[in-house]
Amino acid sequence: MSEEITYREAAGAAIHDAMAADPRVFIMGEDVGHYGGTYAVTKGLLETFGPERVRDTPLSESGFTGAGIGAAMGGMRPIVEIMTVNFSLLALDQIVNNAATLRHMSGGQFNVPVVIRMATGAGRQLAAQHSHSLENWYAHVPGLRVLAPATVQDVYSMLAPALEDPDPVILFEHVMLYNRKGTLDRSAAVDLRSAAIRREGRDITLISYGGSLWKTLEAAALLAEDGIEAEVVDLRVLRPLDADTFLSSVRKTRRAVIVDEGWRTGSLAAEISAQIMEEVFWELDAPVGRVCSAEVPIPYPRHLEEAALPQVPAIIAAARAALGKQGEPA
Amino acid sequence: MTAGKTEATHPRLTRAHCQHLLQQMIRIRRFEEKCAELYTQEKIRGFLHLYIGEEAIAVGVMDALEADDAVLATYREHGHALARGLPMNKVMAEMYGKRDGSSGGRGGSMHIFDAEKRFVGGNAIVGGGLPLAVGLALADRMQGRERVTTCFFGEGAAAEGEFHESMNLATLWKLPVLFVCENNFYAMGTRLDLSESETDIHAKAASYRMPSEAVDGMNIVEVEAAARRAVATVRAGDGPYFLECRTYRFRAHSMFDPQLYRSKDEVKEREKKGPIVRFQGWVLDAGILHQADIDAIEADVAQEIDAAVAFAEASEWEAIETLLDHVGAVP
Repeated sequence: MSEEITYREAAGAAIHDAMAADPRVFIMGEDVGHYGGTYAVTKGLLETFGPERVRDTPLSESGFTGAGIGAAMGGMRPIVEIMTVNFSLLALDQIVNNAATLRHMSGGQFNVPVVIRMATGAGRQLAAQHSHSLENWYAHVPGLRVLAPATVQDVYSMLAPALEDPDPVILFEHVMLYNRKGTLDRSAAVDLRSAAIRREGRDITLISYGGSLWKTLEAAALLAEDGIEAEVVDLRVLRPLDADTFLSSVRKTRRAVIVDEGWRTGSLAAEISAQIMEEVFWELDAPVGRVCSAEVPIPYPRHLEEAALPQVPAIIAAARAALGKQGEPA
Repeated sequence: MTAGKTEATHPRLTRAHCQHLLQQMIRIRRFEEKCAELYTQEKIRGFLHLYIGEEAIAVGVMDALEADDAVLATYREHGHALARGLPMNKVMAEMYGKRDGSSGGRGGSMHIFDAEKRFVGGNAIVGGGLPLAVGLALADRMQGRERVTTCFFGEGAAAEGEFHESMNLATLWKLPVLFVCENNFYAMGTRLDLSESETDIHAKAASYRMPSEAVDGMNIVEVEAAARRAVATVRAGDGPYFLECRTYRFRAHSMFDPQLYRSKDEVKEREKKGPIVRFQGWVLDAGILHQADIDAIEADVAQEIDAAVAFAEASEWEAIETLLDHVGAVP
């Protein structure tokens, strides 16, 4: 049975259903309880599950993230909510030095089944300390699984398997997706391994994830009006990357553009580009293109924020450049 | 106070118990002296942080814990591992980085773990273990278990944000954590009064409304008595407890440390009041143990260490093919 709901509602329903299904699951973070969640994802959960399992925390990102890691080691299945990826830098020590390393350092004796959710991305004029996309910082780290659900279905269906994962999972929700509506089938299962083809095409492969996926699909629709059939790959899982899916797409289309809201230098787009170069270089008809954020802290004014981020015209231009077509479509 | 509680909260200084305490401290001391020697022979590499001088704390506190309590320690944790009951063979093999080490060789001196003993490492980020202890205790609380999580750390950790965040969380949520601060007065080479505006560490915990006390960490009887009181409070569900044990590190911070920050005289003075020399002198004077008992302990320990070295030497290196093992459950 499917329903039409928002990404926000789907994210909240996923947490609700996981807590209802397993008494070991609880959520903690800043303002998840009495406030109802900064992005209203956890609204109503406190009334349903009480303050033990919907745990408001002080503004101690490192402390409560570490506590989530410890609770996971102690047999619970915590969902830690960090308000945004920008604040997660205060918890980076716990995530990188503890969650990601404990299994290895202990020779496999300890594991950390924690899920850490956080909002990411720009588009709400929140300026440079609330707008960054640092997903690739986490995607760099062995020992973590990094998810970027872009659809209503994924943000709902990825949580349950993430909680079943015996190892730490970082789950990114792009702030511009919360109000987006989509179709949800609560009984559908998804995997935490593979990328998804969101649109089939033969001329070029556009690779994206998270909030940029929808801009990429919009660009693909506009390219189609000009007779260019773009295939759109939604990475879904940023670590480990499902290279097979994007490489076989690029083998077919012989051209690729990566759309990534992270800054270009050292980006996930750079990693994907390198993998394409390593694996399918001789089958490429054009250099791999990248559409990333400008190398600037995200500015506050609307026009400057928009100029800093990947936008549909830039994606179209990059695709056309890869196809050897200059200028505006006729 | 009931008789049962008296027993639980007061160490009984019987001959057997004194023998046990002394043997544990000597065991750690001699093990580490051997490690220093093996380091100069390049059998042990990387960092090596010796606990020599601080043994009374690990031994005294560990004796107050139950088998299913959790213990977290720092990168100076060989003593805690041994006192917690990890087999010396496995600890020594870990120092070598061998397959039969307590962490399969992957952690080394700073990352000794043992799931069976609930020994949760060996954490080499100063202050990094405190939030984990809070979380382990939270899991116990939420699952209705009466276990205690004990977290050891140095006074240097008190300068970290994670220390303060953990003090607050543990008290706010009344969690069963015993925080044990091993205050050796130097964070690497920086003396306490050069780095802290409030040098009375246990007062910091008190400011979070946590029961806290400072004890002479060179006096094992005092440490054990305080630890038993603290553990009883925590286990009773009264929330966390903070124990500051004032101590001194006789050796360098690590094997790379030329110790420019303190005088040899200062170390010599402190060594005279060391935990082993003091306790050994007291049990001899009191006639609880005799020189023959001490000799027997030394002989036992020497034998155990020889066996541990032989075990570590004989253990295999991990095969290169296993390099990527233990990164995640699913490779």
